[in-house]
Amino acid sequence: MSTTLSPPPRIEPRPNYLNVDYGWRSWLFTTDHKRIALLYLFSITAFFFVGGIFAVMMRINLLQPEGVFGHDTYNKLFTMHGIIMVFFFLVPSIPATLGNFLIPPMIGARDLAFPRINLLSWYIYIVGGVVALTAVVRGGVDTGWTFYAPFSTTYSNTHVLLAAIGIFVAGFSSILTGLNFIVTVHKMRAPGMTWSRLPLFVWGHYATSLIQVLGTPVIAITLVLLGLERILHAGIFDPNDGGDPVLFQHLFWFYSHPAVYIMILPGMAVMSEIVACFSRKAIFGYGFVAFSSVAIAVLGFLVWGHHLFVAGQSMYASMVFSFLSFVVAVPSAIKVFNWTATMYKGSVSFETPMLYAFGFIGLFTIGGLTGLFLATMAIDVHVTDTYFVIAHFHYVMVGGMVMAYMGGLHFWFPKITGRLYPENWGRLAAMIVFVGFNLTFFPQFILGYQGMPRRYASYPPEFQTLHVMSTAGASVLAVGYIIPLIYMTWAWKYGPISPQNPWNAKGLEWEKSPTPPPTFNFDTQPIVTEPAYNYSGTGEEVEIG
Amino acid sequence: MADIPAPIGLPPHAQGLKHHFDDSAQQLESSTLGMWVFLLTEVMFFGGMFGGYTVYRNLYPEAFASTSHFMNVTIGGFNTGVLICSSFTMVLAVRAAQLGQKKALISFLVSTLALGCVFLALKYVEYHEKWVDHHIPGPGFQYADPRYFHQAQILFFLYFAMTGMHALHMIVGAGLLITLIAMAARNRFSAEWFTPVEMIGLYWHFVDIVWIFLFPLLYLIGHTS
Repeated sequence: MSTTLSPPPRIEPRPNYLNVDYGWRSWLFTTDHKRIALLYLFSITAFFFVGGIFAVMMRINLLQPEGVFGHDTYNKLFTMHGIIMVFFFLVPSIPATLGNFLIPPMIGARDLAFPRINLLSWYIYIVGGVVALTAVVRGGVDTGWTFYAPFSTTYSNTHVLLAAIGIFVAGFSSILTGLNFIVTVHKMRAPGMTWSRLPLFVWGHYATSLIQVLGTPVIAITLVLLGLERILHAGIFDPNDGGDPVLFQHLFWFYSHPAVYIMILPGMAVMSEIVACFSRKAIFGYGFVAFSSVAIAVLGFLVWGHHLFVAGQSMYASMVFSFLSFVVAVPSAIKVFNWTATMYKGSVSFETPMLYAFGFIGLFTIGGLTGLFLATMAIDVHVTDTYFVIAHFHYVMVGGMVMAYMGGLHFWFPKITGRLYPENWGRLAAMIVFVGFNLTFFPQFILGYQGMPRRYASYPPEFQTLHVMSTAGASVLAVGYIIPLIYMTWAWKYGPISPQNPWNAKGLEWEKSPTPPPTFNFDTQPIVTEPAYNYSGTGEEVEIG
Repeated sequence: MADIPAPIGLPPHAQGLKHHFDDSAQQLESSTLGMWVFLLTEVMFFGGMFGGYTVYRNLYPEAFASTSHFMNVTIGGFNTGVLICSSFTMVLAVRAAQLGQKKALISFLVSTLALGCVFLALKYVEYHEKWVDHHIPGPGFQYADPRYFHQAQILFFLYFAMTGMHALHMIVGAGLLITLIAMAARNRFSAEWFTPVEMIGLYWHFVDIVWIFLFPLLYLIGHTS
């Protein structure tokens, strides 16, 4: 008896946000928060590598005690590294990509509250980025990313105005993203998604958004005043003409210190999701972690003066700012303790996102504790404007934020692309990043403590060994960032198809939304009946407020 | 982008309702909250300048008091009245929109716009006076009292930054009003849906309130003694 096998029926992939439409119009005119998140992802990645190239060139310059590129070039290199990394990578990184993609499905919404404003924010970001890059291409800026007056207003003859306009414009994209998130979290939650059931990812982004809408307008007006002063030379920040340069520093840090919490809170938001999933346990002390985010957002606005300890600020003001800077460390410490307590007696496994999470906890702790050194006035006077400061904030920004960003990208890669990334390559890259990072920045703590000032193109020969170590580490770090770029690009096209919930994670975005999600995220309106991170299945409810 | 069919379980769309909202009430609440958050950012934006003003006024109180004698209090005071009237017509416009009265809505929007233009025109006259008197900060700046030359220049810098930013907001507001008038003329609003009128009304009131603070701070400080 002969049977003829008919070819298996071709299964049409179900419609999702990626295959629903093709062509450049469907991307550039989209109002789908997931597609906008991808637009952001690609543009932010580009800026990350541009900023990274400047970092590598700085490290090459510092291989020789007398420098390689010369002082003027070096001034431009560190300025453009700072401007691009802070304003065009770190500030939008997690909120505009992962936050944009995940907040609606996490709270059971079909989109953000204002989809067109969301798209507008990307265009504003691109316009700001292009203006800033124009400043770079036309010869760069040499003021440092802090634009301190009167150097930036009177003496620098580089493209300060253009760079300031770029940052001014990009700030509005940050404001609009924050505004969109606040309204979305308040008004778009699914039935049953109470505030005490919100994933901590959403809490973290809510706190971030508060800082974005309250802080960013201040840097905008500061840059307007800076630009006007640069054109008119009326002396508002120039002590020769009765102006007060410290006023500029106050205005600048009123935004820029809270801005470091814009940069780290979303990282902490990602951490809570990863740690809970790979410990198979509910987050320890949900209410504390949620409210510590808001506490950081509030206290973060009260500590800017610790950047002015040596700027002629009143000693009594400095004492208050020093005390408040210690206070803001408390909610951050609460988070770190709660993540470790979550792992305690959990079924911890070591997938790539969790490796990044481990890296985050260790490195952020070092970065945070050295921040307390700097908040102590007596020590700060010794290490102000040295590599100690550089090492401190790179431990928080790169060791913390970028680690969390990488961890989050791996964790939600299946959700975003519908495919799995190669796990072993991911683990390898995470290790390389960890080793490269520490090799780059730990020597800088020692350098700074020994007196190596920041922003110098040359240095005494006895510092060379540590500088060479740091440069070697930077090369390792670069490899660690390029490997994921390669395998993620590959996996996006050729990776194995992901099941809906490859990590068996909790949360609406994994459990109720198909992978990859359809345009409106859910097939039917989800209804929430259990607390967040209900890995044990017992449904222990947390009361808030 | 191709038309995406609405997902299962969605009610048919009410007027002006976007696909990702459940109902018009949710949409209106979202728009209102969004507008208030935006106004909060505006408060912080102007707050930076008010902060700078406070610092310098504390540093140089006499110089700042002397500059207010070069401000045109008559025009400034008249403009304050103009803006308060424009806020009143804006409120009436929102009221007309609530009641679905198209004609009244359009005429109140037009009167608001006209009052806004009166303000801007008088502002131009004032700026021109400053230009004639060499009170524009920068290389051509001159001041009657040589003791206060630098300090007064800082005040005029703040004057132009603050009133300039305010005027810019007025110009944006005028553009928004023109859009509203065009939308109203095309019957886009009804008693069920008039969210843009209400939102732009909030914006207009905010810009007026900024001026209510600017006027005494810039024009009247020297007139008490």
